[in-house]
Amino acid sequence: MNSAELLQFVASGLQNGAVYALVALGFTLVYASTGIINFAQGEFFMLGGMLAVAGVRAGLPLPFAALASVVLTASIGLLFERVALRPRRDSGPTVLIIITIGGSMVMKSLARHAFGPNELSLPPFSPGVPIVFAGASIDRQVLWIWGLTIVAVVALTFLYSKTKLGRAMRACSLSHDAARLMGIDTARVVMISFGLAAALGALGGVAVAPLTQTAFDVGSRAGLKGFAAAILGGLGNPIAAVVGGLVLGLLESLSVAFISSTYKDAISLVVLLAVLFLRPQGLLGKSRREKV
Amino acid sequence: MPDPVLQVRDLEAGYGHVSVLRGVSLDVAAGEIVTIIGSNGAGKSTLMKAITGFLHLTGGTVTLDGRAITGTAPEKLVRRGLALVPEGRMLFGPMSVAENLALGAHTRTSATEIAQDLERVQALFPVLAERAAQPAATLSGGEQQMLAIGRALMSRPHVLLLDEPSLGLAPKVIADIFGVLDGLRAEGLGILLVEQDANLALKHADRGYVMRTGHVVLTGTAEELANNDDVRLIYLGAWHGNE
Repeated sequence: MNSAELLQFVASGLQNGAVYALVALGFTLVYASTGIINFAQGEFFMLGGMLAVAGVRAGLPLPFAALASVVLTASIGLLFERVALRPRRDSGPTVLIIITIGGSMVMKSLARHAFGPNELSLPPFSPGVPIVFAGASIDRQVLWIWGLTIVAVVALTFLYSKTKLGRAMRACSLSHDAARLMGIDTARVVMISFGLAAALGALGGVAVAPLTQTAFDVGSRAGLKGFAAAILGGLGNPIAAVVGGLVLGLLESLSVAFISSTYKDAISLVVLLAVLFLRPQGLLGKSRREKV
Repeated sequence: MPDPVLQVRDLEAGYGHVSVLRGVSLDVAAGEIVTIIGSNGAGKSTLMKAITGFLHLTGGTVTLDGRAITGTAPEKLVRRGLALVPEGRMLFGPMSVAENLALGAHTRTSATEIAQDLERVQALFPVLAERAAQPAATLSGGEQQMLAIGRALMSRPHVLLLDEPSLGLAPKVIADIFGVLDGLRAEGLGILLVEQDANLALKHADRGYVMRTGHVVLTGTAEELANNDDVRLIYLGAWHGNE
């Protein structure tokens, strides 16, 4: 394999990896504020792509359809928390996790009814021939995926480290009781984290839809990849989610290069199991210790 | 006694079907330290949780500044002027000292007032200014207790509740912390203090309540309680030869 081919695989890995990172960030945000895994996270990815397609079909200009799709999916995330999860928040994590599985099924079925069973495509954000870089050809849409992921990560980092809401979110991730003593409305923080998680998933779904097409059932696979990425990086830490996503994307792509494309989708499961057995706290996670 | 800022009447609460508080009444006025003493299991910590809204009440009322706060959620009580320094401190360990203090002022909006209060808290506990950038978890036990008190003061409370502030601390640090509490009282803060160390509590308090199995069994000025034979025998360790 020559260096141009290798670069091609790396670019492809980082393309998928960026999308996994966005979905993984959603898992991590919800986990940090609630301690649960939201198995409906993949459906937010699906809704992002599908609602954008629906917007374009309804005659909206593409940028507006994409933005509207992210905003609408974020609202669905907020609503899902408020209507389905909050009434049972005292029931413990197992019940809440099962509710998210149910929510995922409902969203998938509704999407099938609303948009039909077929694959749908979204036009590329900037049409044109792929860009050739050092012998590798990179689709213009990939640059959009990277750019949007970087913008999302920078915005999220700013929110987390520089704003009052971000500080309250970090406080909630450490202890709900202590956060409440500070006067933080923890129920509101949880709802906002669902909204943000949905927006990030939808952003991934919108950005990748022009390359891969989309359908009512793309959520499960995206959810699995994003979950594996979040676990690989270390749950609860946004930077770790991004690292996990990129590493998983690269591993998949390099497995295609060096082993066989047959096993590409198995890689995320192997990684998931390996991490859970060998390093349950993830690549960047600290081992669990007592909270002060 | 002036009008109480915190008034608790016939409070009943428990866990599940086990009732722990069986009708507790007490008052805290502005500018006084009131202590609750009692042995383990008397219901002192449960009382703190019940007043601060962490426990479901089965009876009784709580009034703050003349307004009923019975059953109000903890996050709303801070805005009404009630702050708790909980047992075990409950700091945000990985976050810096400065961020912990900023979180204490979460409900407030005026940046100038917050800055003033930060200055005041750092004047009370200079170590919090020195270690502003350090994660809270890296502080010593005494410094952590100071941070917990400072963080509670950042909400500018009318009433401060403290649950076992001396637990596990060295005598020198305890003296520093209680010195600060004396100063806060002089500024007009009402303080309700739950303390295992009855000697220490009665030395600094104006009045006290003795709790046993969910009831207040005795109340009086700190001096009366310190001279009460039962209190001396059971809580002040008179049998160790303090006669």
